[in-house]
Amino acid sequence: MAEHRLTFPTSEEDIRKLHAGDLVTVDGHILGIRDRTQIRIFDQGVEPPLELNGAFLLHTAPNVRKLGPGKYEPMCVGTTTSARMVRFTEPLGRDHGVRAIAGKGGLPDEAIEPMAKYGMVYFALVGGAAALETTQIEEIEEVYWEELMPECLWKFRVKDFGPLWVGIDSHGNSMYRDVQSEATKRLEEIVAGL
Amino acid sequence: MSTVATDLRQAVEDAAAHLYVWALKDIPQDLRDALAAAKDRETSVPGRRVLETIVKNVDVAEAENNIVCQDTGIAVYTCRVGEHFPLHPAKIYEALKIGTERATLNTPLRSNAVHTLTRENTGPNTGYRLPIVHWDFLPGWDGLDVKCIPKGSGSENMSFLKMCVPADGVKGIKQFVLESVVGAGGKPCPPGIVGVGIGGSADYAMFLAKEAIARPVGTTNPDPEVAKLERELFDLLNETGVGPMGLGGDVTVLSCHIEHADTHMTLNPVAVNYQCWAARRASAHITPDGHVDFDREF
Ligand code: SF4
Repeated sequence: MAEHRLTFPTSEEDIRKLHAGDLVTVDGHILGIRDRTQIRIFDQGVEPPLELNGAFLLHTAPNVRKLGPGKYEPMCVGTTTSARMVRFTEPLGRDHGVRAIAGKGGLPDEAIEPMAKYGMVYFALVGGAAALETTQIEEIEEVYWEELMPECLWKFRVKDFGPLWVGIDSHGNSMYRDVQSEATKRLEEIVAGL
Repeated sequence: MSTVATDLRQAVEDAAAHLYVWALKDIPQDLRDALAAAKDRETSVPGRRVLETIVKNVDVAEAENNIVCQDTGIAVYTCRVGEHFPLHPAKIYEALKIGTERATLNTPLRSNAVHTLTRENTGPNTGYRLPIVHWDFLPGWDGLDVKCIPKGSGSENMSFLKMCVPADGVKGIKQFVLESVVGAGGKPCPPGIVGVGIGGSADYAMFLAKEAIARPVGTTNPDPEVAKLERELFDLLNETGVGPMGLGGDVTVLSCHIEHADTHMTLNPVAVNYQCWAARRASAHITPDGHVDFDREF
């Protein structure tokens, strides 16, 4: 298990250096998205209001306090279950050059192939560890699509964001697939012994 | 902490407003102990790091006076109303609803409540039939106990029901619980509390599963047969290797709680309601004269 530090947006080359099980800390800019944000982009065909090339997308819907027009202060920013949004993985890589998707609980196996093909990774956060993550967010720099609150498109500037595990890498490996196949095997043994 | 209000409806409203925020910010001690013990016994490298991060997060929330997890959940309350408590449950419900709204707007908390079809936001964590209240009525008593359980969606989405047949027996119950937890993987933020409801009817089994997750870690079902099943399932669930956040490890669940009801001779319902590691809950006891005692358990 290697440890890395990355600044986002980043390149395909840097993403290809990561392997499933590695630990990563992130600086720079990350974008918050969720179900409705991606439904708008992909199902309703609305162009994203900013460049996603090289981006780190965080599955989130934060608790914020409004400071003024378009200006928000982070109160509690965490992450949500990623699996619901797996179908957006391929178009995010193919059409927008997204490099990392982060959330909790992993992405199902159908994400493995597009991630390998387009040079993307899935980062696993510790679900529920939002109070800690909030301390790693320096500022909410921009908010787009405020009418989707809290499922807007958020631009955060972060420092020491993590710990993140490479749950799925760009080489066809997934920690989730490995854990699930082992757990399924153990389950069969347990059930046989009941 | 304790307060006295002259207006009983107001006292219940104030209690609800306090309970919702308190539950979100301050993880109960039994859970903190269980998480610390889990951290010490976990041997997988990522699993241990996950648990260290969780324990750190609970401390950061306390130090920063912040909520522990961003998902403020749906507000679920359990109410035990004494026969002689002088406020009608219709008024208790109204007070819980307004208290939930006040807590959401004043803190402020993220509002999650939407119309189930249009998905439009319906209010500050309230809406039609929201919050959800479980009622219990006690004869010969004049008090009110309120417990607030903000229930996160990541774990609530991992709820499962199976109408096993009597011939499936206890083995069928065990198998279904094990399959549910392995299938849920990392999605409900393990390690948490696996709530199991058995018996009754389909809807009542799920109700019981939710009652089960509201119990503190370390409590057992008073029926020795059921308590034995709790222990067996706890051990088996931790043999699956799902581990913290589904990244693999020894600790898949912190506890397994079962609530049961007698049932029809041809029924054998099993409901699983998962509660994440952030198993938030807070309670208050309210006397007929509006005196409120906040304590973790009532
Ligand atoms: S499942 Fe629980 S800990 Fe995880 S994000 Fe939801 S509320 Fe938070």
